[in-house]
Amino acid sequence: MSTPSELPTGRIVYDEVVAARAPWSKVVKAGETLRIVDLEGNQAVDCILYRADDPVERYSAADTMTAQNNVYLVTGTELLSNEGNVLMTITGTTVERHDTVGGACSRESNSLRYGHHTRAQHACVENFVHDNARRGMGKRDVVPNINWFMNVPVEADGSLGIVDGISAPGMWVDLRAEIDTLVAISNCPQINNPCNGFNPTPVRLIITAP
Amino acid sequence: MSSSADSISTATTHGARDHARAQAGQRAEFQPTIPAAGALDRPPGVAPADMLWEETVEPGNYTARVLPRGANLRLTDLAGDTCVQLLLFNAAATAERLNLPDTVKIQWQAYLGEGALLLSDMGRVLASVREDTTAGHDLFNAMSNQARNDTRYGSGSVHGTAPNARDRFAVALSKFGLGRVDIGPAANLFKKVIVAADGSFTWHGDESPAGGRLLLRCEMDVLVALTVTPHVLDPRPEYTVTPLGVTAWRGAVTPPDDPVRLSTPERTRAFENTEDWYLS
Repeated sequence: MSTPSELPTGRIVYDEVVAARAPWSKVVKAGETLRIVDLEGNQAVDCILYRADDPVERYSAADTMTAQNNVYLVTGTELLSNEGNVLMTITGTTVERHDTVGGACSRESNSLRYGHHTRAQHACVENFVHDNARRGMGKRDVVPNINWFMNVPVEADGSLGIVDGISAPGMWVDLRAEIDTLVAISNCPQINNPCNGFNPTPVRLIITAP
Repeated sequence: MSSSADSISTATTHGARDHARAQAGQRAEFQPTIPAAGALDRPPGVAPADMLWEETVEPGNYTARVLPRGANLRLTDLAGDTCVQLLLFNAAATAERLNLPDTVKIQWQAYLGEGALLLSDMGRVLASVREDTTAGHDLFNAMSNQARNDTRYGSGSVHGTAPNARDRFAVALSKFGLGRVDIGPAANLFKKVIVAADGSFTWHGDESPAGGRLLLRCEMDVLVALTVTPHVLDPRPEYTVTPLGVTAWRGAVTPPDDPVRLSTPERTRAFENTEDWYLS
């Protein structure tokens, strides 16, 4: 396993590897920084943020895009809630940009995109719903998400789609929590499009405290 | 608004009752037509008994109701400067709702127009676009919230001068047993926004004509909830939005040979999933 260089300053309070295809969630406390490391390259990491003390307030892709007048997530992007508050900030990333328009894969959307034969495959919405259920939340709490390390260009004619990734082994993104934030992740299991290079792989999560 | 009730004393219960009853029969600028069979602007060829909904929605306000599968829902930009935030739910199982990422991703297209589908998060079609004489729409940007309108217009509360869309939806949806968690991203209609090559948004919100119409067909029994509030990218300093005309009437369920249904393999499977839902 490669050790990411230039870790955020501070002490490491958490350092684990999330298996391919698995869900993960944890509260990142205000001031802490979560680093997500794309260990083997081009692994989409689907992510929803919830305000830890009131999860009705949660990440809003639309508010985030509107506030920065851009669809792409880059260093400096403030990840906003549906009430317009900053949940986390992207304090650094080695990837040019990340996606928040492509949504999470689901069994149901897979059936439209690839055919009814994919209905039994694992999907990010399955991970989110399963993990939410442990916290008294459910499908209604699965909202349009962030796709770390995923590449979704929008062409001049409106054509939009998930294309080959622009990440690589060891690339990372740092997210500083501005308030206590429940971070929910699905390490994407999609095998029908290039978002994971057709091969879901593990990611490493490191939390540092100032 | 004055009425014949004005001259009636309300000092007694009988007087108050007479006063209340004498107020009926007026017509306000913003109200539904009930019964809908008496619609003032019934579309040509539609029988009065097939009318489901006619309403003029006030700027800053909201409306919501359930429409049956096959219904036509026509939204009209009466004065050329309306802006509508639209949410759709499967009326029979409201955990299923409009999903904009799926809508753009599955159809490989960022912009809503004729022949497009509004897809649910369960791989089904909630509604299809059958006619569109507007300049365009926006499926990416936010709806307004209290904080934003407080900052931008001085007051964003639902009882104030610049009601925000999110709190209007909170009220609208609560009447169907839903709550703030159910206020997903809405489609912003009648205000065209383009995504540039660098990912930034370009405002084309002044291009839709007066009388511009968006005709949707409900492909499931849907809960329709909408607000009429300014787009969050609208550069004008004043809270500016004009009324929306809503008209709905019964229609046939989309047949197997429908050109929109057959237009792409993804759309065909979305209809197949929808038809599968209605098998049982």
